This record gives sequence, C-alpha cells and structure tokens, in this order.
Amino acid sequence: MNLRDLLPQADDDRAFAEPWQAQAFALTLALHQKGLFSWSEWAESLSEELKQGGGAEDGSGYYECWLSALEKLLAAKSVATPGDVDALAAAWQRAAHATPHGKPILLENDPQHADWNRAP
Amino acid sequence: MAARVRALETILTQKGLIEPAAVDAIVDTYETKVGPRNGAKVVARAWCDPGYSDWLKQDATAAIASLGYTGRQGEHMQAVFNTEDAHNLVVCTLCSCYPWSVLGLPPVWYKAPAYRSRAVIDPRGVLEEFGVHLPAQTKIRVWDSTAELRYLVVPMRPTGTEDLSEEELAALVTRDSMIGTGLALEPYQP
Repeated sequence: MNLRDLLPQADDDRAFAEPWQAQAFALTLALHQKGLFSWSEWAESLSEELKQGGGAEDGSGYYECWLSALEKLLAAKSVATPGDVDALAAAWQRAAHATPHGKPILLENDPQHADWNRAP
Repeated sequence: MAARVRALETILTQKGLIEPAAVDAIVDTYETKVGPRNGAKVVARAWCDPGYSDWLKQDATAAIASLGYTGRQGEHMQAVFNTEDAHNLVVCTLCSCYPWSVLGLPPVWYKAPAYRSRAVIDPRGVLEEFGVHLPAQTKIRVWDSTAELRYLVVPMRPTGTEDLSEEELAALVTRDSMIGTGLALEPYQP
C-alpha cells in the first residue's frame, strides 16, 4: 500500500473514529493508572495483536486490535473471562434493541436481565 | 465493538477497578486538552532559549515536565534534534508508542502497518511521499519508540524567524515536524 493513500486522513485530527474507541483507550489508561498492568505489559499485548495481522494496511483495524489486546490481558489477569464479556456484550445488545429510540440504554432494559442477574 | 466495550466497562466498574467518571475524564483530556500544541511549545522554547535546549538534549523528560507536560505511562522522553547533516524520523515498529503528553494521539498513518514497516526499510522514500525532500547528503536517523522511551523530533528553526516571538514560532511547529515526517513551516506559509 502506498502511504500517499493514507495522507488525506492525516489532516483529519479526530483522535478517534468512533466513541467506543475512545472508551477502550480510556479504560486501558485507567486500568494502568490503577496498577493492574505495567505499560510494557500493555505494549506487548497490543503488539502481539497487531502482529497477528488484525490491523488493516491503512491502520483502520487498530482499535479492534486494541480492544482484543485489552480483553486478553484482562483474561490473563483473571479479571474477566471471554465468556463473561460475551455474555454481557450480548446483554447490552439486547438492551439496546429493547430500548425505545431517544431513551438512555440501560442494562436493566435487557429482556433477559433477570436471568442474567441470577447467573453466578 | 461498542457492546463489548460497554461489557468491559460494566465488569470493571462492578469490580471497583474503574470509575466511569474517571474514564470520561481521560477521554475528555485526550480529545481536547492534549495535543501537538504542547510539543510545539517545547520546540519553540528550545529555539529561543539555548539553556533550555541543552536541558532538553540532556534530560528531555525533565525539561518537558517543567512546562507541565508529563506522561501517564511513566515513559522517558528523548529529544532528537534535526541538523543540516541529520534528519530524525520517529516510528514504532511494534505497536504505535507515541509521545502522547506532547503530541496528543497519533494520526492514522502512524498506526498503519505501511508506515510502521516502511519507515525503517525506506525512510527516504517515506519522506518523499510526505513531501519532504532532503538533500542527498543529509543522513536520516530512524528512532523506534518503545513503551519506555519515546522520541520528540526538534525540527530546525526556519530561516528568517529571528524577530518572531516564542508564541509565533510555536505556530510554525507542526505535528508532523515533531514526528519527522515534516519540516517546520516557513513564516510566510499560512
């Protein structure tokens, strides 16, 4: 890929393309400040994801790799298993579908919320 | 993706590892308060004040912190000065370590595999694509950032700027000139 193809975007000074990227970024910084992992540990985890080719040539897959690196690090630290995250992500998605437009999306809006709450 | 991030946030909040308000504050800081203007002030100060410039050469972490810009990751900073003989270019081949405290968040191309690999293999070619044409005798030094050490390029002060104030000089220092993929602007340029 020619770098020139990327340059128009170089004028785009938005740090994040979508809000979730900013959230994932900030979660990582907050956890590092909390001392959950060192920055070297984080860089290693992120570079591992990027090396596996998850990042597109134009750098657009960068935050997907970021998120995946964070999930793996949290699993390694026994903070959240992939299963926990899958289940809760599905709950958030159901909640989003069940929430009328314009209302804040709350986890309680998930139709299966009661079940989820009882889960161990 | 958005649902997964929300899921993580929910778990981490429940476990008391994060506070949503603190996370929002970080987003706000990086979207609005931190950016390449910080680095530009460092460069302009170094252009105006030889004492500061020496300090920046010896101990960039402390010299930059003295202006109020400190890294959150405990990383060390090194300032690399461009001269007629040598031009400096910064890359992170591993991931995209970047001097956030002085430059904000990295641009898209800095995170792209194309830049991360080619900056090392063919720096002159990469610079040409960025519109930077260096004399053949100018050497190009490529600095590979790490989680512990990050680089700030101090571009050469443009000629004809002797009468400019530090503030006016800072306006000539672009983000790209501090990564090495650009030069400081000439004063007559917009």
